[in-house]
Amino acid sequence: MSFVAELLISIALVVSGIFGFVGSYGLVKLKHSLQRLHAPTKATTLGVGGVLIASMIFFYAKTGHVSVHELLITLFLFLSAPITANFIAKAYMARNLSEKELPESQGAFGWSVYDDPPEAGPERK
Amino acid sequence: MIEYALYFTVGCYGVALLLNLWRIAVGPDAADRILALDTMVINVIALLVLHGIWRGTAMYFEAAMLIAMVGFVSTVAYCRFLLRGDIIE
Repeated sequence: MSFVAELLISIALVVSGIFGFVGSYGLVKLKHSLQRLHAPTKATTLGVGGVLIASMIFFYAKTGHVSVHELLITLFLFLSAPITANFIAKAYMARNLSEKELPESQGAFGWSVYDDPPEAGPERK
Repeated sequence: MIEYALYFTVGCYGVALLLNLWRIAVGPDAADRILALDTMVINVIALLVLHGIWRGTAMYFEAAMLIAMVGFVSTVAYCRFLLRGDIIE
């Protein structure tokens, strides 16, 4: 394996390790529950992303074939991370905040966390 | 050189897993515990891929993919249970 490939793989690995550690350290360090939602996004995007980039370069340098499995994992994580964060925030709001503490929803219905879904249908006015 | 970088990265993710465990044990709200568990799943995906690089085999990508899917579904199901008191209404 050439020196340039080894250097690139090592840099990607070290950067991803630092970001993975920072994500979990922020999870411990930050004070408020909604602030803590911020930290693990670094571990999801840059941490796992760096490991997968290192893995792609490694297997390309080793076998000469481009492997696409890593891209699948990255794609799936990038798609699912915002949904997970949204669900965790909604669960926290439903348990710890009352509807009076929030601003108006600016719509015909209240916030979906607190109200039942409106009666949807083609005949809705 | 790759070997030392692997040692460093595995160490980072190991310490990160311990910090997540601490947040699961302490976390004042159930939402904190779910978030810590979700982060643990992500760290374990990274560790699996690192193990694949270490062994030089591409066999662990399927395992990482499956863990990513199951972790996502379990997180959403638990949040849904907290939110509505039911998983499938």
